[in-house]
Amino acid sequence: MTAPALEVRRVSMRFGGLKALSEFELTLRPGELVGLIGPNGAGKTTAFNALTGVYAPTEGEVLVAGARVDGLKPHQICARGVARTFQNIRLFRELTALDNVRVACHAGAASGFFGAWFQTAHHQGEEARILARAEAYLAVMGLSHRRDEVSRSLPYGEQRRLEIARALATGPKVLCLDEPAAGMNASEKLELMQLIRTIRDRFGLAILVIEHDMRLVMGVSERLLVLDHGVTIAAGTPAEVRADPRVIEAYLGDAYLEERHLPAPASPPEGGGPAAGAGAP
Amino acid sequence: MSDALVELLQHLVNGLSVGTIYALIALGYTMVYGVLKLINFAHGDVYMVGAYAGFYLADLLTPGGRAAGDGAAGAMLRALVVTAGAMAICGLLGYLIERLAYRPLRGQARITSLITAIGVSFLLEYGFQLQPWGFMPIPFPPGPSPRFFPELVRRADWSLGGVSISNYDVIGLAVALALMLGLQFVVFRTRFGTAMRAVSFDPQVAGLMGIPVNRIISWTFVLGSALAAAAAILNAVPRPQINPLFGLMPGLKAFVAAVLGGIGSVPGAMVGGLVLGLAEEFVAAYTLSSLKDAIAFTVLILVLLFRPEGLFGRVTVEKV
Amino acid sequence: MGRAVSLARSLLPFLVALPFLWALQRWSPPYPTLVLRYVGINIVLAVSLNVVNGFTGQFSLGHAGFMSVGAYATAKTMLALADVQLAFLPEPASDAVLFGFALLVGMAAASVAGLLVGLPSLRLRGDYLAIVTLGFGEIIRSVIQATPPAFLGASLGLSGLPLRTTLIWVGLGAVAVVVMARRLALSTQGRALFAIREDEVAAEAMGVDTTGYKVRAFVISAAFAGLAGGLIAHSVGAIEPTSFDFKRSMEAVVMVVLGGLGSITGSVVAATVLTVGLELLREFQDYRMVAYALMLVVLMLARPQGLFGTAELWDLWRRKRPAASAASAGPPGGAA
Repeated sequence: MTAPALEVRRVSMRFGGLKALSEFELTLRPGELVGLIGPNGAGKTTAFNALTGVYAPTEGEVLVAGARVDGLKPHQICARGVARTFQNIRLFRELTALDNVRVACHAGAASGFFGAWFQTAHHQGEEARILARAEAYLAVMGLSHRRDEVSRSLPYGEQRRLEIARALATGPKVLCLDEPAAGMNASEKLELMQLIRTIRDRFGLAILVIEHDMRLVMGVSERLLVLDHGVTIAAGTPAEVRADPRVIEAYLGDAYLEERHLPAPASPPEGGGPAAGAGAP
Repeated sequence: MSDALVELLQHLVNGLSVGTIYALIALGYTMVYGVLKLINFAHGDVYMVGAYAGFYLADLLTPGGRAAGDGAAGAMLRALVVTAGAMAICGLLGYLIERLAYRPLRGQARITSLITAIGVSFLLEYGFQLQPWGFMPIPFPPGPSPRFFPELVRRADWSLGGVSISNYDVIGLAVALALMLGLQFVVFRTRFGTAMRAVSFDPQVAGLMGIPVNRIISWTFVLGSALAAAAAILNAVPRPQINPLFGLMPGLKAFVAAVLGGIGSVPGAMVGGLVLGLAEEFVAAYTLSSLKDAIAFTVLILVLLFRPEGLFGRVTVEKV
Repeated sequence: MGRAVSLARSLLPFLVALPFLWALQRWSPPYPTLVLRYVGINIVLAVSLNVVNGFTGQFSLGHAGFMSVGAYATAKTMLALADVQLAFLPEPASDAVLFGFALLVGMAAASVAGLLVGLPSLRLRGDYLAIVTLGFGEIIRSVIQATPPAFLGASLGLSGLPLRTTLIWVGLGAVAVVVMARRLALSTQGRALFAIREDEVAAEAMGVDTTGYKVRAFVISAAFAGLAGGLIAHSVGAIEPTSFDFKRSMEAVVMVVLGGLGSITGSVVAATVLTVGLELLREFQDYRMVAYALMLVVLMLARPQGLFGTAELWDLWRRKRPAASAASAGPPGGAA
């Protein structure tokens, strides 16, 4: 088999004295769907930021399809095939749904400003291709009917889907989804997870999902990675992770124990993560 | 002492003298930026208004210039009254500007406030360039031609080993230092100061904690504007020519000083002002004097590129 | 074939404008012509600044600096070419070619200045960028003042420049800047600029080289500011460093904001209204500037998005858009 779609080798992130992520390791093969879980403040989003170049990792290496990308700028990493969504939706709010996706199709455009000014044939061909691609991605995410609406006016769930459409439009090998189902109700979440699987199968992507809803992420992922205080405390199949006592203590914590009418552990982990994490109705 | 050394020391004195003015104006920028994250472009014009307020007050107190046989104590008292009066007038002006022009825009895009600040700045500059209105008891507005600030305190020069120092330099430095220490006390030792720092950190949360955010912001403007008036008087006594546009450059440069020191930091504004005053003086003295204006902005650009948090500021990282 | 079509499409706006401009130039009385020249120059200025401030969302206050570079470069070129006549052309044609060349030199010089300013500045955001660009404008002015008098005239400036700026030149400049901005706005490159304005972090994550695009926006904008500078220089016949001070930058910003950041037609209308308005109020002397300042504050309080927002006049008939559904789509569903 060829090189993995994404390979992360012992990546650490330090902010001043704080080690937000330590020796993070991950290998994603094409077509794999892996969940990244952990309580609030565990370093999940930091891991995403280190992978996608928002921060340069303090230590370690990130490889996309066998080539080093750590230390590159986010747009360069994007061009090499890593796309992402954001925890707190970051659409181009005043642009239409179509234009949001068209921006992401832009990376391959080569005609430049002069092409635009002189309306060269090359430029016009490129615009037509971009338009067709953007419309295709909108259709995949079921947003064709919102094509010309300003993105900030879309309902919340559609904004999340539009972010995924936008990320797909960059033509990634690896798709990183940061809490794509946050704020959705149970049935919407389930629907979204089905959609994510469909996308994975259709485009042959490797997908890394941060998700707070334990049940959901366990149902959809083939493998899980559990972070706590920046440290990977467990990795494996959902069944293995579920049985890991460290995970139960760090992440499932109170909620899990309460559910089974067990007494809380003597020293619960810091932060309000567990309650919020399992708090889906 | 050798001539070169005397010259050097003389430039040092002159640079410090200008630097204290920048420092005082910079304090107003730093405080307002601290609480509102707004570059108050009108601040330089508040400084200009301060000079005119002092000018009119001095004129009212002693019509036709300095009264004959006026004792040193009387002169001092008058200078104090003029300064305090100008500070009060500018404090009020600062309050009004914030209340009428900036507060209604809070929560809007930052650029909107910036444009409004520019508008207020234009308004003061062009307003003061109008010819005097007949119905005013004093010749106000002053019109475009320069006026000469009265000699509130008689100038005295001393020569220390060839370096000439005037009582203006000494008074200026002393008053500026006293005001800065006072401000430092207010910011770090009083309830008002605590509230101000809380607003600066996060206005929304400060409001939820029961801090009257609007009142704190108003008082910050009052304080900053009063300091600008003090700076204007301290500057206008030794350099008496004033005109409606003369606040523009010191205003911009004081902003540079505030950035240099680390915007939001009181000691930073002071050090930044002094460094900038010295830098200008030395560049003008030892290279081309027409490059004087360029130096401030070159300093600004270098600071922002290599140490954007300034000398005394803290690094902030945007959260993704 | 494709090449010929695109060439035709590029020339079309100019060919359409030319007869009108020629007629205006030919029959309009001197005073309206003068005012129209200033309108045109201000359109060039405002629309070009809109590319940086409106499209890209970067706040530049140093436009006058680029104008002065363009003005000086154009003026120096014209002075150097004063005695040159192209042998193969009649005199008027030769003059026109040389002036066109000088304007291009001015644009090139200004765009180099834009590059020099843009590269270091663009690591900064918001207010800081505004103040640094302002600083660069002032540095350019001081440096010109510090040059030897024989070169750029130091504080006195350059005078005795040939008065070559006709309404035709100004009109073509305005058409050029509007066509440039409009085609940019409708292209993938323009959308990348908008994305930077909306959310720089997201734009970068979606593969937009934000630094590269910001620098390019700066360079384009500076080039057209340089054109405006060159046109002013040869309209007035004399330039001095203080012709292009901080106030001038502010005026350009005011036009852009008044029209609506991001709206090309907004900039055009605001430039026209402000220029003509200030001209009509000339007899009120100082009060017009006070009124201007007051209007600025009141407008920001009453309509902070400017007259046009980001809308364009041509949207009215161009787009068969489902506007009704977009407008009534309800509030954003709890987005942060």
